[in-house]
Amino acid sequence: MLQLISLLVENKPGALMRVTGLLTARGYNIESLTVAQTLDPELSRMTILAEVDPAMRPLLIKQIQRLINVIEAVDLSEKQIVIREMMLVKVLVSDEMRAALLKEAEIFRARVVDAAPGAYTLEATGASEKLDAFLEMMRTYGELEVIRSGAMAMPRSSRQDRKGIAKGKELTKVSA
Amino acid sequence: MVLEALAREGCEVIFGYPGGVTLPIYDALYEHPIRHILVRHEENACFAAEGYARSTGKAGVCLATSGPGATNLVTGLVDSMMDSIPVVAITGQVPKHLIGRDAFQEADTFGITRSCTKHNYLVKDVNDIARTIHEAFHIASTGRPGPVLVDITKDALLAQGTIHAPGPVHLRGYKVSLEGHAGQIKRAAQMIWEADRPYVYAGGGIVSSSAAEELREFAEILQAPVAETVMGLGSLPSEHPYCINMLGMHGSYAANMGISNADLLIALGVRFDDRVTGRLDAFAPHAKVLHVDIDPAEIGKNRRADLPIVGDLKHVLRRLNKLLAESRDTEGRLKAASRFRWMEQIREWQQQHPFTTVQSDTEIKPQHLVREIDRVSQGNAIVSVDVGQHQMWAAQYVRFNRPRLWINSGGLGAMGFGLPAAIGAQMGNPDKLVIALVGDGGFQMSLPELSTIASYGLPIKIVIMNNGCLGMIRQWQELFYNRRYCAMELDCFPNCELLAAAFGLKGRIVERPQQLARAIEEAVEEPGPFLLNVKVTPEENVYPMVPAGGAVNEMILAPPQPVEAGD
Repeated sequence: MLQLISLLVENKPGALMRVTGLLTARGYNIESLTVAQTLDPELSRMTILAEVDPAMRPLLIKQIQRLINVIEAVDLSEKQIVIREMMLVKVLVSDEMRAALLKEAEIFRARVVDAAPGAYTLEATGASEKLDAFLEMMRTYGELEVIRSGAMAMPRSSRQDRKGIAKGKELTKVSA
Repeated sequence: MVLEALAREGCEVIFGYPGGVTLPIYDALYEHPIRHILVRHEENACFAAEGYARSTGKAGVCLATSGPGATNLVTGLVDSMMDSIPVVAITGQVPKHLIGRDAFQEADTFGITRSCTKHNYLVKDVNDIARTIHEAFHIASTGRPGPVLVDITKDALLAQGTIHAPGPVHLRGYKVSLEGHAGQIKRAAQMIWEADRPYVYAGGGIVSSSAAEELREFAEILQAPVAETVMGLGSLPSEHPYCINMLGMHGSYAANMGISNADLLIALGVRFDDRVTGRLDAFAPHAKVLHVDIDPAEIGKNRRADLPIVGDLKHVLRRLNKLLAESRDTEGRLKAASRFRWMEQIREWQQQHPFTTVQSDTEIKPQHLVREIDRVSQGNAIVSVDVGQHQMWAAQYVRFNRPRLWINSGGLGAMGFGLPAAIGAQMGNPDKLVIALVGDGGFQMSLPELSTIASYGLPIKIVIMNNGCLGMIRQWQELFYNRRYCAMELDCFPNCELLAAAFGLKGRIVERPQQLARAIEEAVEEPGPFLLNVKVTPEENVYPMVPAGGAVNEMILAPPQPVEAGD
């Protein structure tokens, strides 16, 4: 299973490089990565999915936490989370199949964002597995061009989980 | 601007080498009270800054130009990273508008040094220079110390800016916890009094946090053995009754047997390095682990800690000592008898296999040489060493009365370190006796620095332990590669008397054991620098030795000495 890491980092040049550099120096492949500013413009939220040896995961989190630009690093792999990914799919579709495609897209709640003769561009969001299934379906209509955003994850706000996050934070405080 | 910020941080000396883009700094140095030591290679600028930092406890500063200047610093930066030494490295960068255009002497210093610094910066605006340098000193010298590099573009160096007074540094992602968790410390005291065979494993953290006095008190309350890592030598004075020398690959028999039989391992400022632990699952197999370190990422990295405490050792030990002193006559009584027996057992091991005195009438044994250095030092000289056999012998035989006297490249094991580090140590301690004990291999890596030593008249006593080969390589090839000696011979070593004379230094070659004592005294008495080339037996091995990846209690002890014919 991949390790899912959520990071709060300072929005400064080099912050991304420090985090990815730490992973690559250990030979871990990054499967997906998203970064964007948070409500506080000085900070960015990063979500990383990487192939990490399970025994090394706690150490990795602590070593990421040690980076000066990192405010918080949390391992979400075992946590209750909401995870979403966005995808743009351009389908080269024949005229007679256009209507069927739209119907199918609706099942997946995908929206048309661009239409042209012979092609539709659809936007879909969801868990990665759902997007995989959607892609399988779209393949039957014609050639595809695909861009995926990579996963974004947020812990669920159930009570148990809140305890989990709080614990993580407390640990951070003690250790930092 | 740069110098002003450095001066405000208490910097007295910079070790550096100029280049095109750092000329604005040198122009300011022309009339600035900060001293600049011109080394002969940038790598040595960083090593010298480390020598200064290691011996004084203050951050060392080195300065190099863009491109090759910066890349030459890299080994020194990794070295200070591995040993947690506070170093602030300033490098020049090509002007902002040329970055990314493959300009002359351009290198991606910020990218290259990302992984070998605790933190690094690229500064492109003159108004950021002072603040960044203050942050750099703060990061380098607090928490777990380490190197910080500040890369500054030439246009920023040339621009006029306003310098702000250094306010308190605020970094959102950097918080250091010094005190340690009170509940954990309480539990630690309990855990300690419950142990029959407690064993203290003290490392560089004691040195960094200046906790030697607290460690001595701790050992005396507990009356338990204290072993030191190669980074922790001098934490407890070598002569102290509870000091049982170094542990690990070339550690003492008592220290390694002790760790294999202890039931509580009190790990203070250490990182369970593979050169200490050998095979991890056979390391301290019967012991619970109490691990105190300022860096939370060290806890549980190589060995699970039964009781972790994240904090600065000086603070933690003070509080722990107080608790232990209060309960000494109550809970402390419970296991006092077993602790006493344990210490007796340790002493027995010490007597069974002490570091052997090897001496001969016909040739100089390397152990004899380090004993002589110990004799003139009496635990008080700064001894800066290189890497290899001589380093291990010095670690075994030379006594240190306090921390910061023993200067060595522990984690990285960088050859060529000893001589430039001695330059830094001498600059930081102008009135102290500084001995650079180096092998003939490492010496030749740092040979250009003889010129620096000569030009500044630094009274360093350079002692070359010359066995005509790369001794540690020879030892491993003998023991583990079936004596297939390859690329370990160092012939064509220069005549040292002529070499010294060429630099205007005094020098001497010593080949007979009878001359040794006098020659070393002569070097020490000489007010200026002295180069001593001591030819020692080439086929001598460092014992005890735990083969890499072996269990620490399975040491190869010294081979039996041939029995001399009786009279």
